[in-house]
Amino acid sequence: MGREIARALFWEGESVMDVIRNALPYLMDGLVVTLYIFVIALILGFIIGLIVALLRLAPIKLLNWIAKTYINAIRGTPFIVQLFFIYFGLNTIPWISMDKTTAGIVTVAINAGAYFAEIIRAGIQSIDSGQTEAARSLGLTGSQTMRYVVLPQAFRRMLPTFTNQSIISLKDTSLLSIIGIADLTQRGQIQQAATYESFKIWLTVGIIYFIIIYALTLLANFLERRFELR
Amino acid sequence: MSIIQVKNLKKSFGNLEVLKDISTEIQETEVVCVIGPSGSGKSTFLRCLNRLEEITDGEVIVNGHIISSKTVNINKVREEVGMVFQQFNLFPHKTVLENIVLAPMKVRLTNKEAAKQRAYELLDKVGLREKADSYPAQLSGGQKQRVAIARALAMDPKIMLFDEPTSALDPEMVGDVLDVMKQLAKEGMTMVVVTHEMGFAREVGDRVMFMDGGYVVEENVPEEIFSNPQHIRTQSFLSKVL
Repeated sequence: MGREIARALFWEGESVMDVIRNALPYLMDGLVVTLYIFVIALILGFIIGLIVALLRLAPIKLLNWIAKTYINAIRGTPFIVQLFFIYFGLNTIPWISMDKTTAGIVTVAINAGAYFAEIIRAGIQSIDSGQTEAARSLGLTGSQTMRYVVLPQAFRRMLPTFTNQSIISLKDTSLLSIIGIADLTQRGQIQQAATYESFKIWLTVGIIYFIIIYALTLLANFLERRFELR
Repeated sequence: MSIIQVKNLKKSFGNLEVLKDISTEIQETEVVCVIGPSGSGKSTFLRCLNRLEEITDGEVIVNGHIISSKTVNINKVREEVGMVFQQFNLFPHKTVLENIVLAPMKVRLTNKEAAKQRAYELLDKVGLREKADSYPAQLSGGQKQRVAIARALAMDPKIMLFDEPTSALDPEMVGDVLDVMKQLAKEGMTMVVVTHEMGFAREVGDRVMFMDGGYVVEENVPEEIFSNPQHIRTQSFLSKVL
């Protein structure tokens, strides 16, 4: 029984190796697209997150409110709805015209930015107020204190949660295939349609995602050890 | 001309009035020790002198700046007023040397070499030159506090504020820190010290302020305060701690 299933999945039709060999170059081009979107969106998302976290903590009510509204709006809606709103919705405005890739990057960045903002805020607030007092008592300004004393310590503390959100964002990019971006997932669909080898193609696509995310985890572990709080 | 003038200082946290009406003057090179039971407002008083606590009412003039005024550039004032905390508050992500050179380099824009050289001089002074490249976590409590003093001195302050500098230390570490403070006092530093070390207050203080319930109940030279306290609350406090 087990043997029959295994035969049906792996050896019937083209062999696994043949399917992979044929599909792999095409899938790898998709991986490049996935990583390109991920890296740019991650950097933008981090910048957005940092700015929003600082707005959230600023002593001005209006800025707090703007930051909170943004975070709540993003956390309270599904990623796919945000994607459709940005790509289809915003593109109906006459002076906005985004191509698919731009819309994809913007969506991932804005989505990750909201989560990063909360991670960064929590990190900043976890730093003992004595640190700020010591820095301020030496004559450092508020922004110098943030830059040289609070943020370097906060970033170290944030690294594990930051890694977690980065992995979620990487996986979110697979949803961009819905608006036709030729990423890894989209190319998996095309290969599957061409070969009807669903099991082998999706297994391959899954393994590629897994390898990338596992490498990302190892990188994060290395950074955590490297910047361990002394 | 006194370097610190406090007139009718009041400080409230919400509805809780912590400092009720404090007036005093501190002269240059004077060492003033502030004693009193916990909750008497002595730390809050100290923190009002560099405006780590916002001043609710009254006037505080430090080193010629009216720091109770909203328009004063408080960062400029703080450059000349060092502070040492009960919990040390060293920056854990920086080495001892980096802790000391940070403010001179970023605030005074001293170049790195000059800042380092000064840092080594100060580490010699507190007896910790060999710890320059250690991280705070690798130091004992007493060593941390001596580094914190060196860090404050790196800005060449005119006034040093000490907020219970030995309260978080193991008993055998207290002496090293007090020795550094005595040396500073001898060199003519103006010091305001909130402390439970009655021996230090008696030996090093030029004046002792006894605070209770948000007021300065009594202030005098140490001999008078310790051997001939006038106020009943001073008497009862001293009978418990001496």
